[in-house]
Amino acid sequence: MSMVGNSRQRHDGIDIGLKLFTFMVLAALYLPIVVLIVFSFNDNQVTTLPLRGFTLDWYRRVFSNEDMLKATYNSFKVGLFATAITLVVGTAAAFAIDRTDFPGKNVFRRLVLLPLVLPGIITGISMLNFFRVLGFTLSLETVILGHATALISIVVTQVYARLQRINRRIEEASSDLGAKPWQTFLYVTLPSIRTALFGSGLICFTLSFDEIPVTFFLTGRDNTLPMYIYSTLRKGITPEINAIGTIIVVASLAIIVLSVRLLQDEKR
Amino acid sequence: MRASTREAWLKSALVLPPLAWTLVFMFVPYAIMFTYSFYTRKYPTFVPDFQFGNYIALFQDVQYRQVFLRTLKIASLVSLFALLLSYPVAYCLVFKIRSLRLRMALYMAVIVPLWVSYLLRAYTWKTILGSQGVLNSFLVWAGILAQPTDLLLYNQFSMVITLVHIFIPFMFMPIFTSLEKIPRSLIEASKDLGVGRGWTFLKITLPLSLPGVMAGFTFTFCLSFGDFVAPFLVGGPDGFMIANIVQSQFGTALNWPLGSAISIAILAIVLTVISISDRFERSGRLDLG
Repeated sequence: MSMVGNSRQRHDGIDIGLKLFTFMVLAALYLPIVVLIVFSFNDNQVTTLPLRGFTLDWYRRVFSNEDMLKATYNSFKVGLFATAITLVVGTAAAFAIDRTDFPGKNVFRRLVLLPLVLPGIITGISMLNFFRVLGFTLSLETVILGHATALISIVVTQVYARLQRINRRIEEASSDLGAKPWQTFLYVTLPSIRTALFGSGLICFTLSFDEIPVTFFLTGRDNTLPMYIYSTLRKGITPEINAIGTIIVVASLAIIVLSVRLLQDEKR
Repeated sequence: MRASTREAWLKSALVLPPLAWTLVFMFVPYAIMFTYSFYTRKYPTFVPDFQFGNYIALFQDVQYRQVFLRTLKIASLVSLFALLLSYPVAYCLVFKIRSLRLRMALYMAVIVPLWVSYLLRAYTWKTILGSQGVLNSFLVWAGILAQPTDLLLYNQFSMVITLVHIFIPFMFMPIFTSLEKIPRSLIEASKDLGVGRGWTFLKITLPLSLPGVMAGFTFTFCLSFGDFVAPFLVGGPDGFMIANIVQSQFGTALNWPLGSAISIAILAIVLTVISISDRFERSGRLDLG
């Protein structure tokens, strides 16, 4: 009897330890984000403790920094175009993998999904070589093509997962009732993958907005926001970076939470 | 007859754009990069050639070999620590949190940082670990250190911390998914048969979650292996990685053929890891249907 009691106590101990560990890992995950936010309001040129006092100065500087605003505009442009391309090409790829058969399909599937685990530098370098051969001038357009290539894999995985879950009988019913293929697609298939499209589109936009490794090799004279931050960091840390960083992080957090919810929506 | 031709048309309209995209923007660029890796550098550009000098340099030059081995070491350490931190968290969420709502909320809390600015998360570690940074000033304030130390930043230690922090969500996600898929009945059956918790974990839970571990390991290892942003921010000379060498070959060093050869080597390593994990996953997959 007492042995059972002992072992139960030990298990409870393990459970509590496990939960404590989980809590600590979570805290560690968010520590840098908290540090970033706190110091964006701290009235000190140096990111050091103790805190000095509250200021909005760094935010004021961000909004009067022409270069940074221009870079932000560029990032929006790149993010929107890259996301549009990934959604169109990625959805087509997901349908192709799910519903068609063609020679070389397996190689195609592997190639299209490769960027999920491929360091961005490889996409960047290979496309840099490619554009050089073609004689293209590097610009925001080449960055858009690079981002799209790197991010298509995200749309493919999410849309493919959704396609696997939807009930094909409804589509069959639609065509049995005389709907043309495009009607079935528009009124039956598309609505059932809509949240997957929104969700993966939002993730692609956030990733493109923050992208460095591909952008680094494919951008010309125009800077995106992360490239601007990256080159500023070369010169040293300024609290201005904390301020723009806080804006980016808080906006990304909101977008990502929304997109993860959209992607999980129809799971249950 | 007409309907089937139309369907064939529709299908090729579906298949062609993504096929063309991967061909033009992935396959062809890789082929060009592969070709360039045999070219010879001729300052300030390079000339067509077929020689293995760039690959030989990669293995013979002490400097490159050293950085290559260091990158292997750091990527392995990062994967290992990310695994040791993520597995218990995934296990706790799946088996110890009974409320489904809370479990999903915590799951979300772990994976959300995955997509939040990678650059900024790496950068913040610089402000935390620096000699005037948050950690140092805290340790001095708490009286643990007499004066700030510069041992925390610009070395392999800061590299591993930063990369582990970045890759925990990547490691966690597939492990969580594989743990969630394990039928509870298997674990109950094991308990009913009088097997203790420890053995149940070792004999059932752990083996069945290995595909998730493998997938997480693949993500973490491959992506940290080719990273050049974290080394730039927190690495210092001692934390310089192979991707930084590639970066400099396309920048100041201006040796595109060598840079291409190293990129091909990175690509080869990534493909090797993927095919190993693929095979592993297939043999580890249990048909419980």
